[in-house]
Amino acid sequence: MNIHEYQAKELLVAQGIPVPMGEVATTPEEAEAIAQRLGGAVVIKAQVHTGGRGKAGGVKLAKSPQEAREKAGQILGMDIKGLTVHKVLVAPAEDIASEAYVGIILDRASHAPVWMVSAAGGVDIEEVAVTDPDKIIKLPVDPRYGFLPHQAYLLATKLYPEVKQQRAAAQILLKLYKAFVEAGASLAEINPLITTPAGEVKAIDAKFNIDDNELFRRPAIEALRDDTSEAPAEVQAREANLTFIKLDGDVGCVVNGAGLAMATMDLVKYYGGEPANFLDIGGSSNPEKVVNALRIITSDPQVKVILFNIFGGITRTDDVANGIVTAMGQSKIEVPIVIRLTGTNEEIAVKILADAGFTALTDMDEAVQKAVELAKGTVSS
Amino acid sequence: MSIFIDNSTRLIVQGITGRDGSFHAKQMMEYGTQVVAGVTPGKGGQTFEGKVPVFNTVAEAVAETGANATVIYVPPAGAADAMFEAADAGVPFIVCITEGVPVLDMTRVRPYVMEKGSRLLGPNCPGLLSPGKSKVGIIPGHITQPGNIGLVSKSGTLTYEVVYKLKVAGLGTTTCVGIGGDPINGTSFIDCLAAFEADPDTEAVVMLGEIGGTDEQEAARYVKENMKKPVVGFIAGQTAPPGRRMGHAGAIISGSAGTAEEKMQAFRDNGIGVARRPLDVVGLIQDAL
Repeated sequence: MNIHEYQAKELLVAQGIPVPMGEVATTPEEAEAIAQRLGGAVVIKAQVHTGGRGKAGGVKLAKSPQEAREKAGQILGMDIKGLTVHKVLVAPAEDIASEAYVGIILDRASHAPVWMVSAAGGVDIEEVAVTDPDKIIKLPVDPRYGFLPHQAYLLATKLYPEVKQQRAAAQILLKLYKAFVEAGASLAEINPLITTPAGEVKAIDAKFNIDDNELFRRPAIEALRDDTSEAPAEVQAREANLTFIKLDGDVGCVVNGAGLAMATMDLVKYYGGEPANFLDIGGSSNPEKVVNALRIITSDPQVKVILFNIFGGITRTDDVANGIVTAMGQSKIEVPIVIRLTGTNEEIAVKILADAGFTALTDMDEAVQKAVELAKGTVSS
Repeated sequence: MSIFIDNSTRLIVQGITGRDGSFHAKQMMEYGTQVVAGVTPGKGGQTFEGKVPVFNTVAEAVAETGANATVIYVPPAGAADAMFEAADAGVPFIVCITEGVPVLDMTRVRPYVMEKGSRLLGPNCPGLLSPGKSKVGIIPGHITQPGNIGLVSKSGTLTYEVVYKLKVAGLGTTTCVGIGGDPINGTSFIDCLAAFEADPDTEAVVMLGEIGGTDEQEAARYVKENMKKPVVGFIAGQTAPPGRRMGHAGAIISGSAGTAEEKMQAFRDNGIGVARRPLDVVGLIQDAL
């Protein structure tokens, strides 16, 4: 799960990390009032779950409350990488002497949380990673003992030459690690961590990604979820316990298991088609899941054909067949359906479908080819 | 021969009285796996299906039955402790099927289990199957048959698809292992490749990977440097949109975006036959044998 910048900053503030916080506005008038209260110049920042906001025009400086209102008006409602901006953060503008990057991530290769810090911070950290990887310092943490104070100090000495700033940065790193663990995050970063001309160290922007597997035991973090920041179909899918990702093609895919779902999408492409989505109905046998899956897919007007690919191991194919028949009874589905079922209770499933007027295929390649041809309109169902 | 499990495997089922645990315990028993004990705290003294004794703790189950493997069907909130408990009881082979275990929990479980000298498979994996000998986990028994191919995979149903296609072509497996796709888990591709290389009955290996991380690239280098047996691979997610699972930091730290193209190239560079489709695995493996 992603959370907004302002929510990430609130997690930092809760640990006592210095953050010029500001407030969230949903209208230009609110932005003006906040700027008035803060006094001085402010930065208006779009709150959307994507990087590259600055380059997209979603971050603007305003020198007066009137200007804050104007700039907020430009940003609110803006579309950034397909996401509509509903909220802006109005934060005090800071004078910046230096920018650093600090982040901690759960790393597959190290099997542990790993710190990455760099004195070359700011917007281009990804570029630094490519062009000058030596400027990024990495340090794995043994989670059984936690992040130790001397490790924090060691990293801080790589960021700043001055003792006062090193000490401040070490405290910030220890607190960021605590925030990372308490949030159940897979990534927590401050970018940039700035120094001011007066020598203070502050967090200007923050990003947290939460491990979805942590949410069951962290209701306060789950409450930070913002449904308006996701595609409506993805919200619907999550509520139905399905994994769904919208893509740009026209072959709707309903598959059990993530690996097979990806392989099915790949096969659609292999035979010259374009998948409309990734959809994993999971391993359990529940006709309701199929009904929900069909509802989500058919709400996409681009979809020209629906392809089922079910390998019944644990999933019983007769349950899936029942789900298909139920869904067809509940709503009129206008597009053709290609069904491939094989495995557990295959004979019963084929009979259920045949009685309802559907043909089921057993070969994956054959089913995908047929779906692609139907999407292209080269054959009719 | 086979790897990790065979006729001598004496299995505990942790969570045997739960919905998933009881269903799969029955399936494993029907397949012929020696299920010697179940564990559910508070239900010690009961008997499962009229023949399997249920214990309160893994330590007790090991002491009473001489079990040498365990499979965990405990919900995510208790899964980490179930793995710690199995390691504490000295069970040498631990398989965790549970999906949804927090990654931070796994950062603690993994080193603990390794220091105790146990092997962990999973979590979030389908388990493994040595056809005709033993099945631990949820892989359907009827879709594969005894043979000379070792199969290791990150996926569940894609594994089923591939072993089934092999079976239709008359081919079978020594052992079919699902390692799971979680960011931090116990047994890696390399662990399985090494075991297959050492297994006299395995003559070729199929490796099914997917996008994300660098496990497949490392496994590919391992194959070139350490293996004499032929290896055939497939990567799922060739059309997946980039960056959906992990942001830039993931790419920065591994120095790789973990794309399918990159992984397939690593396979080719290290002498691993690359299947474009799951079906192509069959032809490539026939050529290799």
